[in-house]
Amino acid sequence: MASVSELAIEVHALRKSYGDFEAVRGIDFHVARGEVFGLLGPNGAGKTTTVEILEGYRERSDGAVSVLGEDPGERSRRWRARVGIVLQTTGLYRHIRVREALAHFAAMYPHPRAVDEVVALTGLGGKEDALVRTLSGGQLRRLDLALALVGDPELIFLDEPTTGFDPAARRNAWETIRSLRDLGKTVLLTTHYLDEAQALADRVAIIKDGRILIEGAPRDLGASAGTAPYLVAYRNGDGHLVRRETDDPTTLLHELTGDALARGERLDGLTVTRPTLEDVYLELTAGDREAEDDARVGDA
Amino acid sequence: MAEVAGSVRHPASREGTPMSGVVALAWRQYRLERRLFWRNPSAAFFNFLLPLLFLAFFGAILHGNQHDLDVIVPGIAGMSVMSTTFTALAFNMVFLREQGVLKRIRGTPMPGISYLLGVAGNAVTNTALQIVIITVAGRLFFGTGWPRDWFELVVFVAAGVVCFASLGVAFSHAIPNFDSAPAYVNAVFLPVIFISGVFYDAARAPGFIKGIAQALPLKHVIDGLSGAMVKGTSLAANISALGVIAAWAALGVALAVRGFSWDQRRG
Ligand SMILES: Nc1ncnc2c1ncn2[C@@H]1O[C@H](COP(=O)(O)OP(=O)(O)OP(=O)(O)O)[C@@H](O)[C@H]1O
Ligand SMILES: [Mg+2]
Repeated sequence: MASVSELAIEVHALRKSYGDFEAVRGIDFHVARGEVFGLLGPNGAGKTTTVEILEGYRERSDGAVSVLGEDPGERSRRWRARVGIVLQTTGLYRHIRVREALAHFAAMYPHPRAVDEVVALTGLGGKEDALVRTLSGGQLRRLDLALALVGDPELIFLDEPTTGFDPAARRNAWETIRSLRDLGKTVLLTTHYLDEAQALADRVAIIKDGRILIEGAPRDLGASAGTAPYLVAYRNGDGHLVRRETDDPTTLLHELTGDALARGERLDGLTVTRPTLEDVYLELTAGDREAEDDARVGDA
Repeated sequence: MAEVAGSVRHPASREGTPMSGVVALAWRQYRLERRLFWRNPSAAFFNFLLPLLFLAFFGAILHGNQHDLDVIVPGIAGMSVMSTTFTALAFNMVFLREQGVLKRIRGTPMPGISYLLGVAGNAVTNTALQIVIITVAGRLFFGTGWPRDWFELVVFVAAGVVCFASLGVAFSHAIPNFDSAPAYVNAVFLPVIFISGVFYDAARAPGFIKGIAQALPLKHVIDGLSGAMVKGTSLAANISALGVIAAWAALGVALAVRGFSWDQRRG
C-alpha cells in the first residue's frame, strides 16, 4: 500500500447530488504520484462531476478528497500553480493569438515552461500567430492542452482531451501524455475511447451511474470482470463464425484442430485473443443498451 | 551530491519562489485587455460611437442655445462614464462567463482580484478617453470652454467609475445568459440616463422623477461633472453628491465580490 505522501489524489466515499439527483454515489479511488489514471464511462456517468470536484470547481455533497495533500475546495494559489486543467468544455478570448495566450498564462505560474516548447509538444507549430477564432476545433483543443501544460504542473486533469481530434492528432496527443508520464507527472484523464485508456492509463476505473464498477490495470480487467481470459474464434464448415471462451486455449485448440483435421476441414479465420478493455467495458455497461433496446421495443 | 541537491531543490524551490505579484499580474491582464479591445474593431467602434453620436446630434440641434449645451455636455459625459463601465462590464462578464473564460482563469494561480482589476482598468481607460474627447469637443464646438475645475472633474470621473464598474460586475451576476444581456442592461441603462438628466436640465423634471433620480448615482455624477465642467461650483458644494456615489459604490463592490460566479450554471 502506498504511503499517503506518494498519493497525488485520494477519494473516499465521494458523493455529489444535484437537487434530488445523485450523480456520484459513493466512489473510492486513489492515484499515485507519477501514475496515469483513466476514468472511463458512458455519457452522464459522473466523470466530469468527479473531476471538477477534484479540481475545486464543484463542492462535494459528502465524502473526503485530497489532491496533492490539500482539500481542493480550498484552492490555495500555490496549489493551483501545481495543477493543470483541461476542462471538457471551455473557451478563450476570440481575438487572442496562440503565442500571446500561452505567454499570458505562463506569466501566472512560478516555473512556467518555455512557450515554444509547449507549442512543439502539442503540435501547434505554425499556428503561433493565428487568432484563436481562426483555429479549427481540434487545434483549439490542442491549445487547451498547451495552456494546461504551460505552467509545468505536477498534476494534470484531462477531461476528454482528445475529443474532436483526427486520428493523427490523437496519436500525437498520446505521445504528449506519455511524455508527461516520463517527466514524472501525474495525470487523471477521462475518456470514452477505450483504446485511449488502454494505450495511456496505468490503471482505469469504469464508472457508471455514479458508481465505480471495476478498477485496475487495463490488461488485468478482463480476468477480474469474470470474462473468460481467452476468446477463440473461427469459421466452421458452413462458414458460420463460432466464438468460444476458455481459460485453457491450448487444450481447446488441440481439440478443435484435431476434430477439423479428422473431418478434413479448415478452421478459417482462426484467432485467439484476450478480451480487450472494450469487451469488458461493453459487458459491464451493457445494462444501458438492453434498457434502451427494451425502451425501443416498448415504443414500437 | 547532484542527486541529493536535485531531490531537495524541487519542493524547496516551489515553496520558496515568490509568485508574480498581484499588481504585476493585474497590469499584465490590463495590457492584454487593451490589445484585445483594439483588435475587435466592432466592439471598439460601438463603445465610442454612441456617446459621440449623441454629442454630435444634440450639438447640431441645440446649436446656439448655450444653456442647453451646458446641460448636454456634462450629461453626455456622465452617460459615457456609465456606458463604458456599467454597460461594458456587465456585457463582458456575462460573455466571458458563458464562453468559459472565467472558469479557465479560475483554474490558474492568477488571483481573482488581479483579473478583475485588469478588466476594470480596461473599462476605465475607455472612460478616460471618452471624457477627454467630450471635453475637447465641448471646448471646440459647443462653447462650454475648458473645465473650470480639473481636480473636481477627475474626482467625479473617478468616483463614477468605481461606482459604475462595481455595479456593472455586480449586475452581471443577475443576468442569466448572454442572449438576454442586452435586455437586462438596457432595462437599467435607458431609464437611468433618461431620468438622471442626461438630455435635459434635471431641475425641470417633475417631482417624482427628481426623487428617483436623487436616489440613483448617475444624477450625482452628472451634477459633479456639471459643476466641474461648466458651472464652476466647488467640490465642497457637491460633497453630498459624492456621498451618494460612494454609498452606491460600496454596495456595488460588496455585491460584485459576493455574488461572483465564474461558471455558467444557469440558462
Ligand atoms: N450542474 C448540474 N446540475 C444538474 N445536474 C447535473 C449537473 N452537472 C451534471 N449533472 C448530471 O449529473 C450526471 C453526471 O454528469 P457528468 O457531467 O458528471 O457526466 P460525464 O460522465 O462527464 O458524462 P459525459 O461523458 O457525457 O461528459 C448527468 O446525469 C448530468 O445530467
Ligand atoms: Mg463529462
